[in-house]
Amino acid sequence: MNESRFAGAQWMAIGVAVLTLVIGLAIGWREAAVIGLGTGFIAGTAWWSAAMVRVGGSLMLAGVVWIFAAPNLGPGAAALVVTGVAALTWKFLPTRVQRRVCFMLPSLVMLIFVTSMLMYMAPGNPFAQEKVASPQVEEALRKLYGVPRDPTEFFIIYMKRLVLEGSLGPAIKVQGRTVQDLLMPALPVSISLGLLALILACGIGLVLGIRAGLKPNSAADYSSMALAMVGISLPNFVIGAGLMIVFSLSLGWLPVAGWGGYPHLILPALTLALPYAAYIARLARGGTIEVMQQDFVRTARAKGLSESTIIVKHALKGAILPVVSFLGPAAAGILTGSFVVETLFGIPGMGQWFVKGAINRDYSVVLGTAIIYCTLVTAFNLFVDLAYAWLDPRIREER
Amino acid sequence: MTSSATVVPTAEKGTSLGADAWRRLKRNRVALAGGIALVLIVTACFVLPVLLGMDPETTDPTRKNLPPSLQHFFGTDTLGRDYLARVLVGGQTSLLVGLAATAAVVIVGVLYGAVAGYYGGRVDEILMRFVDFLYGIPYMFLVILVMLMFSDTERGNPIPVFFALGLVQWLAMARIVRGQVLTLREREFVLAARVTGAGDMRIIVRHILPNVLGIVVIYATLTVPAVIILESFLSFLGLGVKLSWGQLVAEGVSVVNPIDSYWWLLFWPSVLLALTLFSLNFLGDGLRDALDPRTRR
Repeated sequence: MNESRFAGAQWMAIGVAVLTLVIGLAIGWREAAVIGLGTGFIAGTAWWSAAMVRVGGSLMLAGVVWIFAAPNLGPGAAALVVTGVAALTWKFLPTRVQRRVCFMLPSLVMLIFVTSMLMYMAPGNPFAQEKVASPQVEEALRKLYGVPRDPTEFFIIYMKRLVLEGSLGPAIKVQGRTVQDLLMPALPVSISLGLLALILACGIGLVLGIRAGLKPNSAADYSSMALAMVGISLPNFVIGAGLMIVFSLSLGWLPVAGWGGYPHLILPALTLALPYAAYIARLARGGTIEVMQQDFVRTARAKGLSESTIIVKHALKGAILPVVSFLGPAAAGILTGSFVVETLFGIPGMGQWFVKGAINRDYSVVLGTAIIYCTLVTAFNLFVDLAYAWLDPRIREER
Repeated sequence: MTSSATVVPTAEKGTSLGADAWRRLKRNRVALAGGIALVLIVTACFVLPVLLGMDPETTDPTRKNLPPSLQHFFGTDTLGRDYLARVLVGGQTSLLVGLAATAAVVIVGVLYGAVAGYYGGRVDEILMRFVDFLYGIPYMFLVILVMLMFSDTERGNPIPVFFALGLVQWLAMARIVRGQVLTLREREFVLAARVTGAGDMRIIVRHILPNVLGIVVIYATLTVPAVIILESFLSFLGLGVKLSWGQLVAEGVSVVNPIDSYWWLLFWPSVLLALTLFSLNFLGDGLRDALDPRTRR
């Protein structure tokens, strides 16, 4: 294809312009300007050359490290660490990954802006529910918490605090606590719940899928796929309620709800995992069927390898590949599902803080959870990407 | 490799792609059963309440929490409302939400995916990376944020729900369409159209989009259940629309306990919801197998 490097760039420009215009007319021209510049910048990164991407990506990563390091190590040591990180990533991180970093980090900043804008557009504000305060008191409160009446000003204050102090700000509705104070105890709970669910989903899904894929259209296939269909077709709070009734209330094997150690994690993680186990089973089935028809499997058979060796050494990789590329969306989905499951089982995780924060209009709590969740998922996606390139050499040299 | 496989059915003379697919779909009993069940459920939800003059809102304090009987086939709820009427009317909302959000998904996803796939290169890269980015956000965030904007003023109005759910579901559609278009644009008929002087818009609309219609229909059938499930999540968290299956299930979950269980409050909406989702998923899978013989084994 001998296309011009800028083919279709006009559409991107038109898209950004239309977006800016719509937001300008609907919300305000200052917000529109920020969004237009931001999306324009992000779209522009696609046209950066490899050298620019390497420098930009390293600088951005160094910036993130600075946010974490500066408040903990002091400026001197932090500067040292940051320089090291920048140099190392510039030297060693593949350009493909750098390109993603160049896109992802500005996007995260945009996400913070868009989220604040949406929250400001929602009816009510964090101070509306208090006993009717005089305007002077409200102004003082707004100043104290750094919540001016304008989303753009709020965004500037918030970003300044985040970058300079590495702080997520004070929680507006929980007096005397910062957002970190609230979220830090919840983070390990959510992470262990999510990880356990992810492991369960992969385990159950792979076993069912490979079992089905090795003998398509057999009883094993139909039973596995029927099970997968149940997992996909039932909302997981129904599955969760069912599991709770059977295992906790009737059999009494596991605790009903609440938090207090690993037995409390089993049912919620299982509930969370089942829909994704079902998807993974279907993907693994397809992958297995595909790979078992490949020439190299026939060759392996012709060589006289045993069926189990063929499966473990040759077929497994083919079955896993489509699953690996699904892991990113699955992780995001599991985090989403955790909102519901945490509510159902009364687990003190981050999802509850988000829902509470959203209902109370506690802007900093909502943004804090959003940032943590999105950073987690983005980092995980990057990791999955690297794993995928490692598993499938065909895509390693792309770009 | 996809392109060579999709040529085969169209190249044969005599049976069109559509007729061929229909023949295969008819052979797939599960998908057919799904389709019939779906028609029955839709008819029941939209016709029965009108025909029998059912009212889901009339309360009757003397008939609270009655188990299913001949008078009330599905029993009554904690306020003495006829549960059959509630489940059927709730079904209207769920199905409508599913359909409307899917329509939005199809429009946005197809246009976005077509532009990305057709232009390829950097445009494709940036558009798809944006999709990847949104994929990476736990989508409940977006949904809850959008719902929030309408929460106090428009309680129970389904329009924001359509909007919010459509907002997160178009991503998969865009990806699929983009993948198809990416292979389609290399084909001879696109070249022929370009040689005759057709512009980009015309090529996309007249030559490429008709060719992705099949796969769009398939994923639309698979989007409807996804949207219905998502709506039930929202209802469960107390952010959904006023009367839907999701909300009924959520209320049902809250009254279930082993001592004094009003099981029918959970059972009926769950069964209907699951049945609908089953049917849609089976139908979607059947359509996929029928229209894309490559995935059939």
